[in-house]
Amino acid sequence: MKTIYTIFKKELKSYFASPIAYIVLFVFLLLSGIFFFLYVENFAQSQLDPRFQFIGEALNLNQHIIEPYFGTISVIMLLIIPIITMRLIAEERKSFTAELLFTSPIRVSYILIGKYIASLFLFFIMLVLSVGFVLVTVLYGNPDIGPLLSGYLGLFLLGASSIAVGIFASSLTENQIVAAIVSFGILLVFWIVGATSDAENSILGYLSIINHYEDFTKGIIDIKDVVYYLSFTFFGLFLSYIMLDSERWK
Amino acid sequence: MIRVKNVTKRYGNIVAIDDISFQVDKGDILGFLGPNGAGKTTTMRIITGYMPPTDGEVYLDDCDLMENPLEAKKQIGYLPENLPLYTDLTVESYLDFVADIKNVSGRDKKNRKESVMERCGILDVRNRIIGHLSKGYRQRVGIAQALINDPTILVLDEPTIGLDPKQITEIRELIKSLAGDRTVILSTHMLQEVNMICTRVVIINKGRIVLEESLDNLTRGFQGSNNLILKIRYKDGQVKEALMSLPYVSEASEQTLGEFVIRSQENRDIREELSRFVIENGWGLLEIRPLTQNLEDIFLRVITKEGE
Repeated sequence: MKTIYTIFKKELKSYFASPIAYIVLFVFLLLSGIFFFLYVENFAQSQLDPRFQFIGEALNLNQHIIEPYFGTISVIMLLIIPIITMRLIAEERKSFTAELLFTSPIRVSYILIGKYIASLFLFFIMLVLSVGFVLVTVLYGNPDIGPLLSGYLGLFLLGASSIAVGIFASSLTENQIVAAIVSFGILLVFWIVGATSDAENSILGYLSIINHYEDFTKGIIDIKDVVYYLSFTFFGLFLSYIMLDSERWK
Repeated sequence: MIRVKNVTKRYGNIVAIDDISFQVDKGDILGFLGPNGAGKTTTMRIITGYMPPTDGEVYLDDCDLMENPLEAKKQIGYLPENLPLYTDLTVESYLDFVADIKNVSGRDKKNRKESVMERCGILDVRNRIIGHLSKGYRQRVGIAQALINDPTILVLDEPTIGLDPKQITEIRELIKSLAGDRTVILSTHMLQEVNMICTRVVIINKGRIVLEESLDNLTRGFQGSNNLILKIRYKDGQVKEALMSLPYVSEASEQTLGEFVIRSQENRDIREELSRFVIENGWGLLEIRPLTQNLEDIFLRVITKEGE
């Protein structure tokens, strides 16, 4: 446990010692802020629209602002997570520190887990910051809190799986750019593979990383979806472990 | 103690190391020599557990590296050829990190850190970012890193590369002082370095050990033979024949005019008798000295012999 914490601490320090963490957080907040503003404006416009006034009840905040906002965050994650994970293993190789790590009395799995948690933590900070925009809707409107919370759980699980893909991509190479492109490619494939079907009625639909996410934004926490994300994460970490362990046997 | 037994390493079809065995005892400093690409770094990476051998066994202080890697690795301090430095950390936080992953903790950690920084002469840069340090300082941070867990086995891949002459001397002194109750193995290109600090030498070429010898035996000459250089001035005469006729001279050859190489099978000092013989014959004795081989000669000879 202590070694996992050591690796975690060191990774986090490296994130914030370099500009990466700040730039990632800034870009994320900028993009999600712009989209949030657009959704709010759109919402306000349509409330003034006379066609809606006949319906006689307020438009649903969750449906018109929060759901699309979460959808936007998931797309931004697709772009940003490869950036946060690309350095994890690749840089250790490039700077020869892999030789220090692997000749130290620590397990390869501990190294991986420590690094994984560090990325997850940075991602978590990202999510926490994004709550700020959502608070605006809570302060000035009355959205359903349930879907809000489940939506965040969904985003977190989606991110956890994506980071596992990222660390795997990083374990393949010593080049960070290659790692980023590979993880983006893998994520995109898992994203679009179920575009034509949903999780219930086809294998491809089931495999798709995004199909399992939609229910969360509607306030549904299905144990099947949770299991999917957790096994996806585990599988990604397991493949990274195999890569690191086998490489030295070549 | 390091014991390497029948270790072979293949990368695909390429044989990097071919069935090598050697042993380094506690207190010894082993100089690991060989031309580039001979397999020095590969051997060191195997000893430190960075990569497993294709075949063979490695024991570190009787702990089997393959069977029990975590236990064995606790005793190792390793300075790789390429320094494993996190350039975005300060010297001190880097050493903190290395101490942590090597299970050095608590008060021990603080003491170890202070003492290695002092020994390696990096106290004055302890708060600087490693990326901003000069090559010489980085090299010393690398050595400090290898010492932080007070290892009983120290593996140094070209420890003095990139240092200026003053630093080289300091680091050599440091390594020498470290030996004591440790086992040290270091690779180098500088033969004089081996001469100065090592107690044993292993020369490796094309993945095979071509020579393993203690340094004393090596420079004293091979297999206890007793060879001399004799320089005399003479006008004429059958000097060579006269020398050959001596009972204790088995061979005499004239290298240049007046300079002879005398080989003797006797296991005693023949200089006295020989010089008396020279004087009695009326030749001028200019020089008489034992023929020691320097490491360069030996190195080149075993490497080229192997190449033929």
